[in-house]
Amino acid sequence: MKVLASIISAGLSKFGKLDGLYAREIFAEAAKEAFENCPNLNPKKDIEALFIGQMSESYEHQGHAGPLMLNWVGLNGIPAFRVESACASSSVALRVGLMAIMSGLYNIVMVGGVEKMTHLPTSNNMEILASASDFPFEQWHGATFPSLFALMATAHMHEYGTTEEQMALVAVKNHENAFLNPKAHMQKKITVQDVLSSKVVSWPLKLYDCSLISDGASCVILAKHELAKKFTDTPVNIIASTQAQDSLSILERESLTTLNAIKLASREAFKMADLTPKDIDVAEVHDCFTIAEIIAYEDLGFCKKGFGGKLIEEGETKIGGKIPVNTSGGLKAKGHPVGATGVAQVYEIYLQLIGEAGKRQVNGAEIGLTCNIGGSGATATVNILKRGD
Amino acid sequence: MNIISIEQFYNFCSQKKLMGVKCEECNALYAIPKPLCINCGSKKLFWIPFKGVGKLISYTIVHIPHPRFQNEAPYILGIIELEEGVKLLARIKEVKIEDIKIGMPLKIDFEKSENETWPNWPRYFFKPI
Repeated sequence: MKVLASIISAGLSKFGKLDGLYAREIFAEAAKEAFENCPNLNPKKDIEALFIGQMSESYEHQGHAGPLMLNWVGLNGIPAFRVESACASSSVALRVGLMAIMSGLYNIVMVGGVEKMTHLPTSNNMEILASASDFPFEQWHGATFPSLFALMATAHMHEYGTTEEQMALVAVKNHENAFLNPKAHMQKKITVQDVLSSKVVSWPLKLYDCSLISDGASCVILAKHELAKKFTDTPVNIIASTQAQDSLSILERESLTTLNAIKLASREAFKMADLTPKDIDVAEVHDCFTIAEIIAYEDLGFCKKGFGGKLIEEGETKIGGKIPVNTSGGLKAKGHPVGATGVAQVYEIYLQLIGEAGKRQVNGAEIGLTCNIGGSGATATVNILKRGD
Repeated sequence: MNIISIEQFYNFCSQKKLMGVKCEECNALYAIPKPLCINCGSKKLFWIPFKGVGKLISYTIVHIPHPRFQNEAPYILGIIELEEGVKLLARIKEVKIEDIKIGMPLKIDFEKSENETWPNWPRYFFKPI
């Protein structure tokens, strides 16, 4: 097992409706936490580059996020890179940061993600998010993001007998977890009945099957493995980081019930870390819609294909279960500021592995996994993290 | 006329024709026109007429629409597997929501379009046979 790089600190802004703050200010909130938690780090002296994930300029009519975010966290002068891969923007930024360290170019870099979304009406948000699907062959024919995942849900129900109640259980679990996370957008427990009776967005998906439109930012400080101990006694090592792609349009995929990019990326990640799905103690997976979490269970290998509904029903993905998933509350209840999500997942696993996840701590967690997808699954990234010695 | 482009695909739609693309080297078929064969990498692709019939393999009822379809909600959106073995996503019309079923046979039809270039391509939809 090879360590690709180590996380020496991490930060997360509050997720939610952050009125009166611009994306740059929200990113600075995440950065402040990361800097404060690592007193041995001198950001201006030690950090050599910034990699930032942000999905869309349309939210604030603001492009050129690299230098902008750099300036707002007080790091003028060093190179900054903005990375876009829809909802996987920051996890792809993390991979670019990793590559920069592994290439030997830099020793210490900052990686983050940000999105400010809640100031725009839902219809604008839907249009901006839909831009990550195929314009001439999906959007033009009336596809919204929820509808693309609804098409997967209907097919999954038809093929494997997955039920609306099982999907609702994903939302119930993630809301329970978010209730234990002070930074989560939604601090409200819900019942299966609440989900089933909520407004239909795109049948079979109801409002409570959908993740939240949120503002938020996330960051981690990555260091070359050999240097990590100089900065912290509790580094977290990245032992696998992979990425795979699929067609942007779901209609070109062989199956509607599998996200092949997740399958490819996770297979390679387990190989890289020399581990199996059974070795994972805690995972953060992409639950933009409840069906996405069920499909992720299957494609990551936490259960057999078609048994994702059963896995949630049996409570195995709750805190205390065989494989706790989305202890943070997930995109569903912690919130989904799209550009921030990938690194926010890594932030949660980082907290779990250093034992700082508070009331939602998974006892003895040593190895964690993140799975972030972009769009309707055209991009998937998987990271495996291990508590440092 | 052998320009393989999205524009050309929709030009055919304005003539009420569904055309697909076939690879001369490996015989792969595409519903979304591609300039290169994804299967074998060949550049030798040509248009062939598709029958425009197929069956429904999944659907959803869109209650909160794309802003462009504000007046049509709730509408049915489906994925149709064509007889040629490739798929399209389109609205399903002329069927009641309670009658829609996975596996049902469907055929293509075309809407009128006033402007046939980007971004106002003539839309296709599917309806029961």
